[in-house]
Amino acid sequence: MEIPRHWRLKKQRYALQGEVCPHCEGKIFPPRDVCPHCGNEARTTFTFSGRGKVYSFTHVTEAPAGFEETAPYTVALVQLEEGPVVTAQLTDVDADEVEIGMPVEMVTRKIRSDGDERGIIIYGYKFRPVMQH
Amino acid sequence: MRDVVIAGIGQTRVGELWDISLRSLAYQAMKAARKDANGLTPDALYVGNYLAIVTSHQSNLGTLLADNAGLTGVEAFTCEAGQASGGAAFQMGYIAVASGYVDAALVVGVEKYTDAIGSEQEAALAISMDADYEAMVGLTLAAQAGLLMQRYIYQYGAPRSAFGAFPVLAHANAVNNPFAMYRRAIDQDTYEKAPPVADPLNLYDQASYADGAAAVLLTTPEKARQAGIGHPLVRVRGAGGVIDTLALHDRPDPLAFDAARYAVQRACEMGGILPGEVDLFEVDDAFSIYAVLGLEAAGFAERGEGWRLGQNGDLRLNGRLPVLTMGGSKGRGNPLGAAGVYQIVEAVQQLRGEAGANQVADARMALTLNLGGPASSAFAHVLERV
Ligand SMILES: [Zn+2]
Repeated sequence: MEIPRHWRLKKQRYALQGEVCPHCEGKIFPPRDVCPHCGNEARTTFTFSGRGKVYSFTHVTEAPAGFEETAPYTVALVQLEEGPVVTAQLTDVDADEVEIGMPVEMVTRKIRSDGDERGIIIYGYKFRPVMQH
Repeated sequence: MRDVVIAGIGQTRVGELWDISLRSLAYQAMKAARKDANGLTPDALYVGNYLAIVTSHQSNLGTLLADNAGLTGVEAFTCEAGQASGGAAFQMGYIAVASGYVDAALVVGVEKYTDAIGSEQEAALAISMDADYEAMVGLTLAAQAGLLMQRYIYQYGAPRSAFGAFPVLAHANAVNNPFAMYRRAIDQDTYEKAPPVADPLNLYDQASYADGAAAVLLTTPEKARQAGIGHPLVRVRGAGGVIDTLALHDRPDPLAFDAARYAVQRACEMGGILPGEVDLFEVDDAFSIYAVLGLEAAGFAERGEGWRLGQNGDLRLNGRLPVLTMGGSKGRGNPLGAAGVYQIVEAVQQLRGEAGANQVADARMALTLNLGGPASSAFAHVLERV
């Protein structure tokens, strides 16, 4: 399903590719046509580091179609260190260990499977706790 | 702009109405509103609907519903703003009459949620979020509310149990509403034992999605008088519609509900009133956290303090600011794209003195607030008995 859409979004999904505004230096993710900081058009690509902190989170028990296998799962608002906030699932962490402010980093994981006979599996960003060194 | 009055109202019972079609459900409400307006014939029909294109595989509802109701030759189309579609359709009807473009407009909000089943339903609901960056990672409407609730508790230290006041109040008020889905009271203990849906959000923090249709007939005061309508008329004194970012993650301050704040401000400024002057507030309680944030955005509480209003009786029918007077979305049921029109119909019941056991004493002015998503869009209206 929706193959052109998935193809179009692959740089965002696999590499957190967003934009930096050429007018005000504002970092933008997801990409937009108009910079929310200064109102000018923003088109210069910028790849985010993938590091951030949990701004909020919730444990989803009632999942929509395509996510039944994954449920229950944790969805978070992750504030990237460059500023923007991204919605993503958390992975490699127990639900009761998640807390606001927790440092996380991006990883690529299976996001969902379209349940139809074509069986498309979609990969993309999730976030996991930063490994302690 | 001309004065606009609500000359007729109609609504169906809200629930899982398996045995009635989208078109017939809408027709019941449309017919009731026209009858209540002494049979006034509308020049236009504006439809509030969110999901029919997915759940019923049906678009062009304006034509379908007007055609089915025998309204040949009118202008008719859908106004879509997610769960604020009802508020959007009412806004369109108001503008059409106020501007002089038409003399009478019928507005119907309709949702046939149960035409879809199982996980199809959650997937259908997801279409009002950012498909590429919210729905695609498994976010749901309930999860959006869960994210806000978690952050609210963290940021302001509100007790988790405080949110129970809203569903408890909504259910208590729905007991006396013959159109409501849940006509039974619940207590705080039941609330606290409910299973999680998007923890910390539980089953009772979420209004049940359901089928329903509500309609109003808008016209000028002169036309309404000529029609010899016996019941009091309700004037639209103020209106405001505002958007925020579609995705929650794009907001610098997600708990601000800025669209709700500015919609209420505009509606009140237009009406020349302060929010505190209204006798009741039909706030949007699709999720209990949204009622809290809506109260704060409308200016009835400071940021982080809205939950306290539920604790001391202020919001009850005999309180300082009655809310959810006929049960809100939690008690009445949440017919999504129709919810905004239900709010208007219920406010009119109050302003006409027709709210039965739930009548707010001497109700003359009401405020309504209908949200799409987490206040991604917001419509506010100030209504006043003429
Ligand atoms: Zn800029």
